[in-house]
Amino acid sequence: MEELTFTTLIAVFEEMFGRWLFWGMVVAAVAVTLLYVYVLIRDHSVSWRKFLLAQLAMPVGAVAAVIFVFAVTDSGLGDMGGPIDVIVLLGVAAAGAVGAAILVYTVQSLVAPPARET
Amino acid sequence: MTDSRDFTASRRAFLGLAAGAGALALAGQGGPARAQLRTNAHIVILGAGAAGTALANRLAARLEGARITIVDGRAQHWYQPGFTLIAAGLKPADYSVSTTTEWLPDGVELKPEYAAEIDPEAKTVGLAGGETLSYDYLVVAPGLVLDWDAVEGFSLDMVGENGIGAVYAGPDYAAKTWAAMDRFTDEGGEAVFFRPATEMKCAGAPLKYTFLTDDYARRKGTRGATKITYAAHSGSLFAVPIVNEKVRMLYDERGFDVHYDHVLKSLDPGRKVLTFDTPEGATEIPFDFTNVIPPMRAPEVVRQSGLSWADRWVDQGWVEVDQHTLRHRRYPEVFAAGDVAGVPKGKTAASVKWQVPVVEEHLVAQIAGDTTDASYNGYTSCPLITRVGRAMLIEFDYNNDLVPSFPGVIAPLQELWISWLMKEVALKATYNAMLRGMA
Ligand SMILES: Cc1cc2nc3c(=O)[nH]c(=O)nc-3n(C[C@H](O)[C@H](O)[C@H](O)COP(=O)(O)OP(=O)(O)OC[C@H]3O[C@@H](n4cnc5c(N)ncnc54)[C@H](O)[C@@H]3O)c2cc1C
Repeated sequence: MEELTFTTLIAVFEEMFGRWLFWGMVVAAVAVTLLYVYVLIRDHSVSWRKFLLAQLAMPVGAVAAVIFVFAVTDSGLGDMGGPIDVIVLLGVAAAGAVGAAILVYTVQSLVAPPARET
Repeated sequence: MTDSRDFTASRRAFLGLAAGAGALALAGQGGPARAQLRTNAHIVILGAGAAGTALANRLAARLEGARITIVDGRAQHWYQPGFTLIAAGLKPADYSVSTTTEWLPDGVELKPEYAAEIDPEAKTVGLAGGETLSYDYLVVAPGLVLDWDAVEGFSLDMVGENGIGAVYAGPDYAAKTWAAMDRFTDEGGEAVFFRPATEMKCAGAPLKYTFLTDDYARRKGTRGATKITYAAHSGSLFAVPIVNEKVRMLYDERGFDVHYDHVLKSLDPGRKVLTFDTPEGATEIPFDFTNVIPPMRAPEVVRQSGLSWADRWVDQGWVEVDQHTLRHRRYPEVFAAGDVAGVPKGKTAASVKWQVPVVEEHLVAQIAGDTTDASYNGYTSCPLITRVGRAMLIEFDYNNDLVPSFPGVIAPLQELWISWLMKEVALKATYNAMLRGMA
């Protein structure tokens, strides 16, 4: 590839998923992140009980993300051929884990907001 | 924990984040913004494949008032790098098929017929329907033709039966080839692969298909009952020496029989025998499965036009262009891009991606009465699949130097999953973005 600019990257992702699905996913990711920030600000603190449950979702998210990527790319663990492959795979797992944690935390906070003291 | 002062600060940050996301969304909608050049030149592009379509989009965005006409008789656009995935049973035939019109920008006129005649002296193009177009600038991008008739005894209606495949012939033939390969690898037998002695598009494709057949036989447990032969047309498996050595090692590891200096002459479907010309005379190799790849040449319209090299590739007729500017060496208002260009490397879609901006720069500069030092370095790339799930991302230039896009990150001569992802997931998206002039 000649030069990988930000617009090229966006254009490639639009083609990969289709314009609507791609921007839909971006909007969904941004929306969940914003809601997460929103509940943090609203609640003024991190709820450690909710955080614990969110943490439990992390391995599930990691495994789900890896299975998803292998399924759509007709490949598997045995195809890891070098360090960069392992790094990319760990990145996929980490993204799945963090995404799942944020999602679970946010959903809990929205469904069961902490009782207001003042 | 946050107190209320932090709360305001975070709310501002929160709003900033939202605004940033909005800006990001906008950035995705616009193309590369550049000053437009006003002109009333008439530019004719022959062929709406990878190169022609990408150029039409880029020139339409770059020039104001220009008349751009693109000529192509095929209603379907084919994403050809997908043929290998179709022939490996991983994608359906329609994976590679779209329409020619859907990629073309407003303001570019499509003539839905083939060019039948080019007269570079009179600066005209005659269409199959009889119409004649005059041009100020001509971009020759009709790809290449597959010379099936040159393989004695073979015709395309044999594909899919008797272990005869032809991945190159088109999406449906690629799917039929998969059916034949799938059947073959269920039981085993003798598989024979080869490539033509002419220049060819994607010289890695015959090698990939050999690896893929081996992979399926292994997965199905029939590799022990399978003999795999690769008959190279010259003294090497791949023209780039460092890549050739790597492929030679892998072929050895996978247990393929390799013959050199074998050029296919004929196929006998009844006896299931391939005959090759070799320095020792004709040699027969029996097959239960094969992938026929015929000689490749410039389309007839180009070979008749006087635009071809007179002293190089005389049996093939590639357009005589400067290898760095892609401008015709005798007709400065004529350019060639893509497979038809008479340059020593570069018959891949990835090369097109590098050639098209060079042609664009030279053409625009010429219209503006200016010059540019934009130069094509021979960049050619091929994600060389070595099995389902792994590939080597091979990129090289005119000097046979490796020119990795991700040096130090993606090793070129290593079989990697990430290189497979490039081929299976990123390549079509990048290709489509290129067609739109966005990549
Ligand atoms: C099996 C296979 C695997 C491949 N794998 C890869 C890969 O992994 N990576 C990669 O980068 N490249 C790959 N390629 C190569 C890539 O597809 C081509 O190099 C690329 O499409 C060339 O673009 P082009 O515009 O020159 O020709 P094309 O895309 O072939 O387009 C030519 C167009 O010109 C039209 N045309 C023909 N004659 C005329 C005429 N007389 N008048 C008007 N129009 C005409 C045709 O209808 C066609 O639409 C592969 C190709 C094949 C066949």
